[in-house]
Amino acid sequence: MIATEPVVVERASTGGRAGPILAILFALGLASGPFWLSSDAMRLFVEFVCLLAMSQMWNLLAGYGGLVSIGQQAYIGIGGYALFVLANQAGINPFLSVPLAGIVAALFALPTSRVLFRLSGGYFAVASWVVAEVYRLFVANISALGSGAGVSLTAMLAFERGTRESITFWLAALLLLATTGGMYWLLRSRLGLALTAIRDNDVAAESQGVDVGRIKLLVYVLAAFGTGCAGALYFLNALRVSPDAAFGMDWIPLLFFTVIIGGIGTIEGPILGTLLYFTLRQTFSDYGAWYLIALGVVAIVVMIRFPRGIYGELAGRFGWRFFPIQRVLRQT
Amino acid sequence: MNWLDTVIQGTLLGGLYALFAMGLAVIYGVMKQINIAHGDFIVLGAYVALGIVAATGLHPFLVIPLAMIVFGLFGYALQRSVLNRTIGGDILPPLVVTYGLSIVIENVLQQTQSADPKSIKLGGLDTASIPLGGGLAIGVFPLVMLGTAIVVAIVLEIVFNRTRLGMAFRAVSDDREIASLMGVRDNRLFGYATAISFAVIAIAGVFMGIKFTFTPTLGPNFLLYAFEAVVIGGMGSFWGTLAGGVILGIAQTIGFALNPGWGILAGHLVFLAVLLVRPTGIFARAA
Repeated sequence: MIATEPVVVERASTGGRAGPILAILFALGLASGPFWLSSDAMRLFVEFVCLLAMSQMWNLLAGYGGLVSIGQQAYIGIGGYALFVLANQAGINPFLSVPLAGIVAALFALPTSRVLFRLSGGYFAVASWVVAEVYRLFVANISALGSGAGVSLTAMLAFERGTRESITFWLAALLLLATTGGMYWLLRSRLGLALTAIRDNDVAAESQGVDVGRIKLLVYVLAAFGTGCAGALYFLNALRVSPDAAFGMDWIPLLFFTVIIGGIGTIEGPILGTLLYFTLRQTFSDYGAWYLIALGVVAIVVMIRFPRGIYGELAGRFGWRFFPIQRVLRQT
Repeated sequence: MNWLDTVIQGTLLGGLYALFAMGLAVIYGVMKQINIAHGDFIVLGAYVALGIVAATGLHPFLVIPLAMIVFGLFGYALQRSVLNRTIGGDILPPLVVTYGLSIVIENVLQQTQSADPKSIKLGGLDTASIPLGGGLAIGVFPLVMLGTAIVVAIVLEIVFNRTRLGMAFRAVSDDREIASLMGVRDNRLFGYATAISFAVIAIAGVFMGIKFTFTPTLGPNFLLYAFEAVVIGGMGSFWGTLAGGVILGIAQTIGFALNPGWGILAGHLVFLAVLLVRPTGIFARAA
């Protein structure tokens, strides 16, 4: 009976129509950032964007692709080190090296996926961590990369401080638009529909003609590219990289926090989660270990009690959609 | 490098890794979940044992049964109160919740026990060894460690294959819903599985504390070793896990002998090689 009823497919909501306009206004505000923001504020913004981009990439993997990786620090590190090699050793413009570093990360992701895709679920998760450790230990053993101590971005000496900070800031603004806009575009496309189908039930998706294996590979490589770019920009901003900072396991709880507490499987969730994380960090980081303990406890409680995260709960209650990616069937 | 000596030392170290791994294999075998905080619980076990030794003056080996009981009860309570809520189709909740536990344990230890390296002393037994001739010698304590791992593997094989409890474990592992229909009380059963896992963690923790100097941050490394040993050995057999631990121990020891920076890396690479060549593990039991 239902099939014969006239049905329209709706995507936009009030929030959805407002979202892109707000985003464009926000982008214009960003473009002028270096003219009115302090150095500290710009550095903080770059860091924020990097973490948000990494979070969105992890969200894409775990929230849509069903690939719960706890080894994305591999691509943060590869992106970071690729930038330093390209800029310091190959003499390529350091800013141009950021997207190139993302490509290097994607190139590493191809053979890595060959090994990791032999496993699934929890095994995939822990094995991805092993892979990140392998990359860390390799880099720590290579003296040309500064071994365990790391390297400084000497290629940056060619740039004046003001120029450096402004271009880094604009790169971050671009990365913000590229990851958030890219996610929005991707998830509204056919591929996004396939991804959502895989997330909900990969066997059913396969039976409907979705090439699950190929799409998972695509998502994994895409996430490596985005994470690599974000890692490169992060260490461009920091001007120094070391194996422990780049490939360290401290990244993962951050991504868990921003994505899961914000709301996994939504574009808005990680944005909210990253904002919340930075607010908490600026306020409570002096408490050191107790602050980390609190983050761990909050992650446990949210996962058990509110698995949809803050944004998921709010959106569910009030019907908010700033980046509407779902198709709603409504009977006329 | 003396190859024979390196292989012997690696095999003995593998006994410890097998003990790390068997607790992880129990939980995975029954619940199909990985406890990310596994390594941190091993480290916690070492701190608890150190505390009991300091408070009572008991020999560390005599602390083991006590630690097993304490950890077993704790594991049961943890499973029933927290971890059972993460069981279901979704793989994310168990990973995130146990990762959260890992962060909490590591930082609580950091805060209460400081980051200074600690170790559990055995008196003379730490350094005692049995000469084999030709310059080779086997340490008494490492031998005890390997022997214990073999005993634990035998006990777990018996529990899983020859008891009603083991039958229920295997039934729940195969199909939780049907097992429940047949009258298996799965929530309680998961509690028992975690209790067993944590009793093994307690043994592993005491031995780890004697073998290594430890700090609160070692947990994630131990989780990875345990995981690698389980995967190398293949699921479904504790003998496989024991063998996986030994292979990992030998790989790391050879790596260390070649270059101190390569030990852990060599273990990881052997794991990845096994994954490429035989992803079900070397000793996987046919399904």
